[in-house]
Amino acid sequence: MSPLVLSSATLQEVTPATGVFSLIALLIGLPLLGAAVLLLGGRRTNKWGPYLGVLTVGTSAVIAIVMLVKLMALPSESRAIGESLYSWVFAGGFQVDLAFQLDQLSMVFVLLITIVGTLIHIYSLGYMSHDKDKRKFFGYLNLFVAAMLILVLANNFLLLYVGWEGVGLASYLLIGFWQFKPSAAAAAKKAFVINRVGDVGLSLAIMLMFVTFGSVTFSDVFGSASQASEGTLTAIGLLLLLAACGKSAQFPLQAWLLDAMEGPTPVSALIHAATMVTAGVYLIARSNAIFDRAVWAATAVIIVGLITIFMGATIGSAKDDIKKSLAGSTMSQIGYMVLAVGLGPIGYVFAIFHLLTHGVFKAGLFLGAGSVMHGMNDNVNMRRYGALRGAMGITFVTFMAGYLAIIGIPPFAGYWSKDSIVHAAFEKSTLIGVLTIIAAGITGFYMTRMVAMTFFGKARWEDDAHPHESPKVMTIPLIILAIGSTFLGLALLFWGNIKTWLEPVLGLTEAETALPELAIIIITLSVVIIGAIIGWVMYARRAVPIEAPRGSWLTRAARQDLYGDAVNDALVVRPSYHLARVLNWFDSRAVDGFVNGTAAFVGGASGRMRKYQSGFARSYALSMVGGAVIVVLALVLVRL
Amino acid sequence: MSSFPWLTLLGVVPLVGSLVVVFLPKAKALLAKQVALAFAIVTLVLTVAMALQFQADSTAQFQFVEQQSWIPAFGISYAVGVDGIGLVLVALATTLVPIVILAGWKDADNERGSVKGYFALILVLETLMIGVFAATDVFLFYVFFEAMLIPVYFMIGRYGGPQRSYAAVKFLLYSLVGGLFMLASLIGLYVVSAQITGHGTFDYASLVGLDIDPFAQKLLFLGFFFAFAVKAPLWPFHTWLPDAAAQSKPGTAVLLIGVLDKVGTFGMLRYCLPIFPDASSFYAPIVIGMALIGIFYGAYVALGQNDMKRLFAYSSMSHFGFIALGIFVFTSIGQSGSVVYMVAHGLSTAALFLTAGFLMQRNKNSALISDYSGVNKVAPVLAGFFLIASLSSLALPGLVSFVGEFMVLLGSFQRYMWVGAIATFGIVITAAYVLRVYQKSMTGPLADGLSGMKDLGGREITALVPIAALTIVLGFFPAPILNVINPAVDRVMTTIGASDPAPTVPSASVEGNGQ
Repeated sequence: MSPLVLSSATLQEVTPATGVFSLIALLIGLPLLGAAVLLLGGRRTNKWGPYLGVLTVGTSAVIAIVMLVKLMALPSESRAIGESLYSWVFAGGFQVDLAFQLDQLSMVFVLLITIVGTLIHIYSLGYMSHDKDKRKFFGYLNLFVAAMLILVLANNFLLLYVGWEGVGLASYLLIGFWQFKPSAAAAAKKAFVINRVGDVGLSLAIMLMFVTFGSVTFSDVFGSASQASEGTLTAIGLLLLLAACGKSAQFPLQAWLLDAMEGPTPVSALIHAATMVTAGVYLIARSNAIFDRAVWAATAVIIVGLITIFMGATIGSAKDDIKKSLAGSTMSQIGYMVLAVGLGPIGYVFAIFHLLTHGVFKAGLFLGAGSVMHGMNDNVNMRRYGALRGAMGITFVTFMAGYLAIIGIPPFAGYWSKDSIVHAAFEKSTLIGVLTIIAAGITGFYMTRMVAMTFFGKARWEDDAHPHESPKVMTIPLIILAIGSTFLGLALLFWGNIKTWLEPVLGLTEAETALPELAIIIITLSVVIIGAIIGWVMYARRAVPIEAPRGSWLTRAARQDLYGDAVNDALVVRPSYHLARVLNWFDSRAVDGFVNGTAAFVGGASGRMRKYQSGFARSYALSMVGGAVIVVLALVLVRL
Repeated sequence: MSSFPWLTLLGVVPLVGSLVVVFLPKAKALLAKQVALAFAIVTLVLTVAMALQFQADSTAQFQFVEQQSWIPAFGISYAVGVDGIGLVLVALATTLVPIVILAGWKDADNERGSVKGYFALILVLETLMIGVFAATDVFLFYVFFEAMLIPVYFMIGRYGGPQRSYAAVKFLLYSLVGGLFMLASLIGLYVVSAQITGHGTFDYASLVGLDIDPFAQKLLFLGFFFAFAVKAPLWPFHTWLPDAAAQSKPGTAVLLIGVLDKVGTFGMLRYCLPIFPDASSFYAPIVIGMALIGIFYGAYVALGQNDMKRLFAYSSMSHFGFIALGIFVFTSIGQSGSVVYMVAHGLSTAALFLTAGFLMQRNKNSALISDYSGVNKVAPVLAGFFLIASLSSLALPGLVSFVGEFMVLLGSFQRYMWVGAIATFGIVITAAYVLRVYQKSMTGPLADGLSGMKDLGGREITALVPIAALTIVLGFFPAPILNVINPAVDRVMTTIGASDPAPTVPSASVEGNGQ
């Protein structure tokens, strides 16, 4: 491993963009253009539109790779490139440019978004080929990519907010893509509204930054963070955490993600697993200068991460719907990342590391699930799967690569990144470390359960199911993602030097752990394997009943998403609608009644006036004349 | 500065247009529409030509100034001119009028009133709207302010829905009562100016900076403010609005809520603050309280509404709360934000009412949300515009309404942290009620009886495209608005003696700018 600089991040000097870097705007502009053409072009684009969608994102991916090569050629201290387009919002000391910043952190996100994005676009060519609105689908996907790029390339928090909400809009549109289904439309609205609660946090954080630093640009805010009081930084940190909880489906704003699985599966892979839901992790990592100086805020981040790791894992263990089980897993894995960014400079780098590997292997798992559904008449119930490894060989093998990656078996990608987080957690506290190991064991359990129920055991297919392998346009992205799931961890760690790459932006420190490193590795692996064995014994060795057994109270709670909806309904939704009803009554009876009464008293009975409809123009003229007389009289009086 | 009478010309063109329309034979309804549209477009072109000559960095408060003595005995003159705020609101009015005419092409067919009458009224209203934003004589302003009621009264009363008479009368009574209070204050102001300077005046520039006794200020402020608060409308003076909106033609509602009501918030910024600075800061906490209540009250009532038009009216009331809040926190960001919000709200109101209007025409004019479901299936273009309008209404970042709303919230937060923080929670409820309408009406299974619904036609799309385009373009590039309104807002801030709170630990680049 490379020698480490033991420090928190120092602010990098931003150099103006030249050469290929002046294409930052194009990077975003291409998918934006694609979205515009596809959404405005109407039905006539149905034929070639999907290919255009692939082309724009693919070109962006190529540009991104060229940028990476160029960026690697630069010395590590001058890898922050800035490009300002024009003055965007300005008034009274508030000055925000439409400006971008490409640095080591943005770069890895850009690569993840465009490359995984391209693969998922290609996969969708097959998956959505029969949908009559496929141009819209690709338009929305392009819109999403553009917005996500704005999010990670903005050089200030206000522009980040535009990307933040842009991905939320794309998510809303895509969750509700099959909006003739009431459940899809409801899920879309729910996702948006819950995210709005997070947006309150982001809005207020931005306002507090401006009031404190007089600017919302990254370089200004982070450069002056050391001068602000800890109380202010803690407040900013907690508000950013609220925002992150919304977008990344962390407790207590997690309830939307499971419903979001109503969207087509490629959407679940791209938006609700690989990229958008990790935006909260990006936000916190990006704001490391604030969290490093706000201990309580960082602690809150750890707690939220820990709670969500276990919530997600519990839900993932109980769901029979393959997509929802994966969604629970996503919550849990993002919980790992959130936990890691909460650890501070010992964890930031590894959070991003895990984010990248997770982005690849979870995308692969979701697309694999989509491939399974494709062959099973869109059935998502794993109790109706079984023994599919024979029917869909490529899907099975690629899914297994993702499986081994997520549960963290060396040398698969997830092993390196999750192990890094477990290790960092031990550096912080043995208790947190132990908790991450337990959760890793649960991951081993629920993922084995999923694999066993889907690919092993006896076939429990519906009568009309004829499982078959998906077309090449779908399996090739699966294969590429499987290769990534296998090697990406090694590649990033040893060839890409992810630690030294990100260290200038995020900082990196190491601390002693109570247990030796090797012991942690062995214990973690043992716990994971125990979890996997339990899963195997319960779901592959025993027959899986088609009807779900009643289960323990915990299973039943987890099937109900741990009562997240019930809590929201009881505390927020129902009281809101009740208040709305009361105010409606109040407004029509009390306020209006009072005013009408007053009007009747003052103006001479509005009720009676209603009877004199025909005469009213005249009476209006009369009142005008009366008014004029009063004016003239008054003026004359004043003159006297 | 050119002495070309731009503003008078702007006002006269639609007036001439209305006369031409009125004198057309009754049978030539189509010609009347075409003539009205032509005049409205000429007015818009003239506005653009005028705006291009506006000098954002001018030291003069008003540009395109004209002054003719009218009633010299009382110091009343025909005096017009615009600052940046007046300019963008005039532009808003002249942009929306041709759109409303085009969108309302068939609205007056088969009504009690004649077709040509409806379009003539719209043009008259346009003249008065230009006048009210351009007047620099307070009495002239009052005349326009009151005269505006007449065309609107007839537009609601003759061309409205089943309850039109009730709604029109209610609108008129409210406005008249408000206007009477303003009239009283106006006279009082004249008296005070006479006492201070020896000769009474209604000239705006002379009234600003008069050293009016604080007690008198407090009294006179109330008269103006009451009229503006009814017009805008702020809680609790809002109850005329839902009725008026529900009974109006969509086009009438757009002009009423999108433009006319802005006169209220415009008046607060133009008249209440600069002429009565002491009273304004005295009443500011009360107004801020009313604004805050209005934001949430309007939003919650909207959440429980089943009538789309009433829902949009309550939503507007909530938005007017934001606008008033931005004005009365006395920060340049807040006030600039309010002006941007006025423009944005004009656009989003237009988009919402017109799209909803197109929808209702296709289903027996029903405004009930429960009568609709799954419209997206049969009319995807309509649903698309409805969604854009909804997103504009909930101030999605990237749209111009976000620029306005965020600036208002930021300006409020900068002055009173908790006020800004509380108001920010409004964005959640807004999203909830806006998306609820979209979900219930546009998504899900197709409702019975809607299967034959046609999607938007060319005329309807043509009317909506400019609104959607402006909403997006100005969201990413609001500079054309900000450039002209910022100097005007700075002048208001200087006049009332307010200054922006400084950042607690300014970053190096901020200090370097000397801000």
